[in-house]
Amino acid sequence: MNEMIKRFGPGLGGFFLILVAVWIIGMVLAPNLMMLNFSLKPMLFPNDIGGPKDVYTVDNYTALFGDRVHRAIFLKTIWGSALVMVATLAITYPLAFWMAKVASMRGARAMLTILIIPFWINEVLRTLAWFIILSFNGPLNAFLLSTGLIDQPVRWQGDFGVLAGMVYAYILFMLFPIYNSISTLETAQLEAAKNLGASTWRIHWRIVIPHAKAGIATGCVFTFMLAAGSYVAPALLGSPGSRWFTEIIYNWFFEGGNWNRGAAYALVLLVLCMAVVMVTLKIFRVNLADVAK
Amino acid sequence: MSHSVELIDVEQAFGDVKAVHHFSAHIAGGEFFSILGPSGCGKTTLLRLIAGFTEPTKGRVLIGDKDMAGIPADRRPTAMIFQSLALFPLMPVWENIAFGLEARGVPKAQRRKRAEELLELIALPGYGDRMVHELSGGQRQRVAIARALAVQPQVLLLDEPLSALDLKLRQHMRAELRALQKRTGVTFIYITHDQSEALAMSDRVAVMSAGVLQQIATPQELYANPATPFTARFVGETNAIVGTVRGIEGGLATLTTAEGRFTGRAGPGLTDGARATIFIRPEAMALSRIALPNSLNAITTSLEYEGASAMLCARSEHGQELLAAVPNRQLAEAPGQGEQIWLSFAPEEALILAEEGQPA
Repeated sequence: MNEMIKRFGPGLGGFFLILVAVWIIGMVLAPNLMMLNFSLKPMLFPNDIGGPKDVYTVDNYTALFGDRVHRAIFLKTIWGSALVMVATLAITYPLAFWMAKVASMRGARAMLTILIIPFWINEVLRTLAWFIILSFNGPLNAFLLSTGLIDQPVRWQGDFGVLAGMVYAYILFMLFPIYNSISTLETAQLEAAKNLGASTWRIHWRIVIPHAKAGIATGCVFTFMLAAGSYVAPALLGSPGSRWFTEIIYNWFFEGGNWNRGAAYALVLLVLCMAVVMVTLKIFRVNLADVAK
Repeated sequence: MSHSVELIDVEQAFGDVKAVHHFSAHIAGGEFFSILGPSGCGKTTLLRLIAGFTEPTKGRVLIGDKDMAGIPADRRPTAMIFQSLALFPLMPVWENIAFGLEARGVPKAQRRKRAEELLELIALPGYGDRMVHELSGGQRQRVAIARALAVQPQVLLLDEPLSALDLKLRQHMRAELRALQKRTGVTFIYITHDQSEALAMSDRVAVMSAGVLQQIATPQELYANPATPFTARFVGETNAIVGTVRGIEGGLATLTTAEGRFTGRAGPGLTDGARATIFIRPEAMALSRIALPNSLNAITTSLEYEGASAMLCARSEHGQELLAAVPNRQLAEAPGQGEQIWLSFAPEEALILAEEGQPA
């Protein structure tokens, strides 16, 4: 802080500090405190607010874990997000390694372009494209039927659709951190390991993955949080059997009209995400500051 | 006896660029063989060919009389020491050293034991549990050597491993490397751009320029009888004066140059009338105040004291830069700056080499 005032002078430095403070207090702290306040109160008619019924209670939280369906959807969201994270990592790691260490400059650049161009389109539209591809009478089924791999059209939408849509939507969030960290690995180390007789598997396990673990942790954290908080992919590509927790939150706010219950559910999701971040960082033994980089 | 390495007419092209042209050499088992050349001359490419990181475009690589075509780097009896050392920073020293054994499935206790033995060999006992970043440059150097030796290679490939060290340590490591090579009997192929390194350590040296082999010879032979003008210029300091050959007789040739007529030993393949260069080592130059046969007239420009001797720099009236080594005992009589002097040399101490046939 002193550093900044020294560099920009008290006028400009102070202005920056005020902007940051307004951002943190107005955009981060205040809304979350309001949510917390909402979540700890029962839903009341407007004329009961401030009356004897307006008391603090944890009913909204116990309701979530008391409701069998909501509890199941909550647990499924955690599990599903973890699956999205693992699937994205499994697809991205070889790709990131190839781009950083194997491909020519031109090849890597071409691959990057191919991956980035779809992201010029809005997420909803991209997901809608998957909706069309995966639909029952859609191109994927038509293609598989024509090649004879399947003789009945498959219902892709549902759990598979949600997984595919999310992996696709978040691949770059996993790719960039891993690609960046693998790029900083000295190629001579790979050659040295190979020269000493190490198999490809051992080179990755002992050299590349330990070097790239901060990038892998970052990508996993991003992907998990985005998946857990995702709304578009489950809403468009899901089926009644693959409801996502965010959809329940949405329903409490906009259809059930119970903001208090919605706020409680949303906070539980927030706490869950934070817990996952902390556990992941602990597992990979990475600091939060490394992720922020 | 460790394996010999034979390169037969090896050629390596990257697209249109030929990094190595028709390179042939036989490196005997247990030999300390250096490949010397300026940066970008293709010497690292050659080493990577032997290690198996790349396959030659043409030609064959034999290690221990076995053709290495199609055998990848992890299955060749070679170990490489990289210019950057490429130690694994996230592993402790002993795991670095034992990595090759780990890759071969040696049990942990045995790996640890072998690592301790090697730490003993490189005079770093008790350093096994340190991390690489806790070691000094020279210590890292030795760990890299131990890591390569752990897999008991037949051939050790060294890619300018001393270039990152300071002068004192470099000289110390030279002696250590040489001693280690003698002790282990492993064939060493050592890449360097530093001619003093190559001359000091090697049994034989191959000089390379622009992907072309210039000469393979012992260090003494290389210095006394360079085969090409490139080698004469690259190895050691020299005076080079270009001219035309005017008569060859009994192993001696006469060269007419802008500086006058000089006689020197005729190099291989020298023909009358050819463009050629006469090379005279600075220590072969004698100073005099009067004109002698085979002498050049020049004005001294500087005298650089180098410890064991001093280097006198002079310039002739045609602008030819000249060097002469002045031994310490003659320093008192050395001419001052701007003085007119004569530099002369004995014909046997000068070598005339044809400029033709010198690859571009």
